[in-house]
Amino acid sequence: MSRFSAWVNKRLPVDETIREHMTEYFAPRNFNILYYAGSLLLLMIVLQLISGFFLMAHYVPTSQDAFASVQGIMYDTKWGWLIRYMHVDGVSLIFILLYTHMFRGLLYGSHRAPRELVWIIGYIIYLLMMAEAFVGYVLPFGNLSYWAGEVITSIMHAVPVVGPSLTTLTRGGPGIGSATLQRFLALHVVLFFLIILAAIALHIVALHRVGSNNPDGIDIKKHKGPDGKPLDGVPFHPYYTVKDLFGVGVWLTIFVSIIFYAPTMHGIFMERTTFLAANPMVGLPDVTPPWYLSPFYAMLRAVPNKYYGIAIMITSVLLPLLLPWLDRNPVRSSRYRPVYRIMLIIAGIAFITLAWIGQEPPLPKYVLAERVATALYLGFYLLLPFVSMIEPTRPVPERVTG
Amino acid sequence: MTIVTDSEHGHKNITRRRFLAAATSAVGAVVAGMVAVPLVDSLEPTAAAEAASSTTVDLTPIEPGMQVTVPWQKKPVIIINRTPEMLATLKETMQKGILKDPLCKVPQQPPYCTNMYRSRVPEWYVGIRICNHLCCIPHYRPKKGSVAPWWLGGFHCPCHGSMYDLSARVIQGSPAPHNMAVPEYELSTEKMSATITHMYPKAHLC
Repeated sequence: MSRFSAWVNKRLPVDETIREHMTEYFAPRNFNILYYAGSLLLLMIVLQLISGFFLMAHYVPTSQDAFASVQGIMYDTKWGWLIRYMHVDGVSLIFILLYTHMFRGLLYGSHRAPRELVWIIGYIIYLLMMAEAFVGYVLPFGNLSYWAGEVITSIMHAVPVVGPSLTTLTRGGPGIGSATLQRFLALHVVLFFLIILAAIALHIVALHRVGSNNPDGIDIKKHKGPDGKPLDGVPFHPYYTVKDLFGVGVWLTIFVSIIFYAPTMHGIFMERTTFLAANPMVGLPDVTPPWYLSPFYAMLRAVPNKYYGIAIMITSVLLPLLLPWLDRNPVRSSRYRPVYRIMLIIAGIAFITLAWIGQEPPLPKYVLAERVATALYLGFYLLLPFVSMIEPTRPVPERVTG
Repeated sequence: MTIVTDSEHGHKNITRRRFLAAATSAVGAVVAGMVAVPLVDSLEPTAAAEAASSTTVDLTPIEPGMQVTVPWQKKPVIIINRTPEMLATLKETMQKGILKDPLCKVPQQPPYCTNMYRSRVPEWYVGIRICNHLCCIPHYRPKKGSVAPWWLGGFHCPCHGSMYDLSARVIQGSPAPHNMAVPEYELSTEKMSATITHMYPKAHLC
């Protein structure tokens, strides 16, 4: 076995890589429950690949047969309903994990120097996931898929000069049809997916270059023992590999409970209108995006002007990319920054409120709350550069506090 | 919290660790297997594909002595309404000793067709019209003396000359080794319809 191992290692850096990234990669020992999200996201991406592959064995990307092929998967294909629900519920769970993962980052200052690139690459993954979810969403060609495709591709009309031709280029024709489904399938399975995989790899490499942050926001490499290992660190393998494996067990139990007992989560993970065939003549009774895109939709709706609304929406989507430079306080973790912590919690509540309002019909009674929440959310980013320079902070400990 | 590695607990820890690792791996393997089974099963033909895989034929337009060839699972299936004269030739070929496998010993047909008529009902022959040699579609030659002076009626393959009688039993001198295959089918003379359902698993087409 060791001669084989020596042969392989002369040609591929297997042992070296395992040492660098697992057994001698020291991670802080005070990771809490929020730190499961990263490894669970890796698990979910693999599960989406597997369930997606088996779905693609039966899916037909034409306007005549797409809806029927999905119904065939649900009723005719053996275990088809299980694979489809796995894939759809997987999407919502991925976004729950993404928001947990990002919020953890903001809470503990994981987006601050020297981890700016980890944050930016990670945020790009989030944007790609939204794009991936959108193109996937159109494929079943229910009425919701049709109108979602119609509306989102219409947003491109707003681009100056090239807007209308860009919209036609995306659709491959005047409306959402077979040409659209075929290219959206290609984007969903090949292009966006592979770029997401590459971005995930870069995200992990960038993180390992610098080392993981921790809930106290302090640098564990500052205090090393006589053997050169960080006093507050534990080797990723076996400590966090085993801990994450346990996390996988708990998470899969939750995932499976949802698939079998609440696969549509009462209309939240899968809307009722997905189950009606696409009909260009009949609009939807209520027009809402999936819950994970809802906050940005609510912000768009809050502005009573087409171009400014789109501008606000795009700004709110892209602003978080600037966070490493908007936040200027020397202290990282919100545990020692009570003002930043309150701002973050308010922004978080505003974001969740916007998600909820976005699911409601555009009635006048929601308008005020929608606008206030938008202002609070955007206000977080706009005020942060100033507040972070002057806010009082608590003394930061030298060693982690567990 | 320090990492416990001192030698007093060392032995117990290693045994416990090995047990836990083995137990987790075993359970993990079982779960992976249980997940793999429905995924692989999903690739089997769907109910719709299964339904499309059988063909029903109306027998009323087929007069005695006439044949119809219908597509079933992309293969030609011949249905012949055999007259009493045609049925008599089946005994003749057996008496002349010109058949390679007169008693249908090789299972090229379902058990209910293992007889000299190679069918459920003597008059109605249902068979896959593919030559057992190299898969061509043989000509149907029911007329006596048409292929050779001694020809009693049957099939003659244009590719390499294989010959069969009116039950598609292969004649000596043909390159084909076995009788032509007969599929599994239902036939009702009251309803005058036949439904071809599956390939007989032990039969070899060509």
